[in-house]
Amino acid sequence: MEQLEPPQTGTRELADPLEIPDLAPGCMSASKPYAAAAEFQEALGYPGELVENWHDVAIAKMGELRGKYRSFRVFLDSCVKCGACTDKCHYFLGTGDPKNMPVARQDLLRQVYRRHFTLAGKFVPWLVGAKDLTTEVIDDWYSYFHQCSQCRRCSVFCPIGIDTAEISMAGREIMDSIGKGQKYSNEIIGKVHKIGNNLGLPAKALKATLADLEEEVLEDTGVPVRFPVDEAGADILLVTPSADFFAEPHIAGLIGYAKVFHQAGARWTISSYASEAANFGLFIGSYENMREIALRIRKAAIDLGVKRIVFGECGHAWRVAYSFLNTLAGSFDFLDQNYPIPQHICEYTNDLIEGGKLKFDKAKNDHIRLTFHDSCNVARGSSMGKTPGGQFEIPRAILRASCSHFYDMAPDTIRESTFCCGGGGGLLTDDLIELRKKGAQPRMRALQQVAEDHGVTHMAAICAICKAQFSKVLPMYGFDMEAIVSVHQMVSNAIILDPIGDGAQTGEN
Amino acid sequence: MDAYVLDSHSYEHDEEGYLKNLSEWNKELAVLIAVDEKIEMSDEHWEVVNFLRDYYEEYQVAPAIRVLVKAMKKTFGPEKGEQKYLYQLFPYGPAKQACKIAGLPKPTGCV
Repeated sequence: MEQLEPPQTGTRELADPLEIPDLAPGCMSASKPYAAAAEFQEALGYPGELVENWHDVAIAKMGELRGKYRSFRVFLDSCVKCGACTDKCHYFLGTGDPKNMPVARQDLLRQVYRRHFTLAGKFVPWLVGAKDLTTEVIDDWYSYFHQCSQCRRCSVFCPIGIDTAEISMAGREIMDSIGKGQKYSNEIIGKVHKIGNNLGLPAKALKATLADLEEEVLEDTGVPVRFPVDEAGADILLVTPSADFFAEPHIAGLIGYAKVFHQAGARWTISSYASEAANFGLFIGSYENMREIALRIRKAAIDLGVKRIVFGECGHAWRVAYSFLNTLAGSFDFLDQNYPIPQHICEYTNDLIEGGKLKFDKAKNDHIRLTFHDSCNVARGSSMGKTPGGQFEIPRAILRASCSHFYDMAPDTIRESTFCCGGGGGLLTDDLIELRKKGAQPRMRALQQVAEDHGVTHMAAICAICKAQFSKVLPMYGFDMEAIVSVHQMVSNAIILDPIGDGAQTGEN
Repeated sequence: MDAYVLDSHSYEHDEEGYLKNLSEWNKELAVLIAVDEKIEMSDEHWEVVNFLRDYYEEYQVAPAIRVLVKAMKKTFGPEKGEQKYLYQLFPYGPAKQACKIAGLPKPTGCV
């Protein structure tokens, strides 16, 4: 793998994250993820391989989606080709392939839609850019709908509000329905249906991992911080990405949640049945699969008799939870209505900070100069807390409370304009590593700037995908792989623990 | 289907080189897979591979990275009980690359 020069303070001109590349038509046309084998397709209710009458099935599916989702139809009908989106996609900025301009990505589907669902497209297709669905077009779909991380940055700049993410989700769903699915996402969704999480972590392994963490934290701090599993009668069900039980720096964040719960005196539990916050059903545009995964959370909450549901650090999980959970898997009238349903762990922690219930020794993080990467699904697909923009302010408030040195990256690369990590939307797979590296470029350049200007050493995030992606690509841009940290890792480092939690299980906060 | 060939016996693997049939694994095959990964197996490599296989047999999944780090620390001392040391052994990542050599499935998800 080619290594880029490490950033050296004050020695060179840094590249602009927003710099528009020279066009390189077709340079990414060969980028395609592995296809899902029949067993992974069929487990999700899709044909195992390309069906014989794939053309007609695809058009019928497009018609079904057009009838079902008003947004899909509006997005396809309303583009005026103004060009505002063309330079907003990180994959375009990183590759220069014009088919990674959001409007061009949309047009891959729109050209076929026009041919079949508009009058002009039916009779004078050559006048309106309408095209038949051919094998070549399907190949383009497979390639370029898997070069969209569904981050929605383009939609922020579209004057009409067209959301390319929804078009790429529809494209993937149509492909799944004809037997042309992607291995990474579909294999994982199958594991959640069968075992309860993306990792395929059985209950026995989950319990062993958490017991191990209890021991470790006790050794490190001398305080018996608990990591409870399947404890009926707990007040709070924590739903978190299974990467939090496996990978670094994810686990360090999980330890942070446990310390916060300890300090709050909360009775909380993880469920071995709903041991996953992530919901890849979103990425493949499948309402049915998304619902089936979400229903596991509802069942776990009922079975354990909890009063509240709190979500751990996972970007798209929070979008599904915040924006869809109630209609997808509700109602949740059996939970305590005095608390947000669901609540984000950052909101939970920040409420405790604001209430003066958490104390920090910030010196513990003095070796870190920190910035924050807004994860796309949290930034543009949800909110947090009681005031608009809470999804931006709350994580930053937590970081400022636990660390003395915090510096934001350039304003046009954060908050609602944040750049994707390069691995979101079901693209965090080794077979797309070249795409992931190139797509990370705008974020890496913004990080290089803030490293140069303020000596920033670490970047925090609240998304398991972002964390895994950055661990992989940071070294390709001259940074240490451990420069990516969990927000609750910073909390974990600095929080001052009492031997026994002082909230006394009153369900305060 | 792609396969590793050893002593005129072939062992099927998936697109990414992970064994299809986990029970077919043996030490000679591990060395062959490691060669494909440009890794020469040392005692430390074997320690990781053996630990992964034992853990998998017990739990049906690969261990968390820090569980692996701890195990290495116990056997080889503190300077080898570091995540970075594991990455020196398995540059593409201890979880994915070591699992492949150990004949175990690839860890999936946001990892």
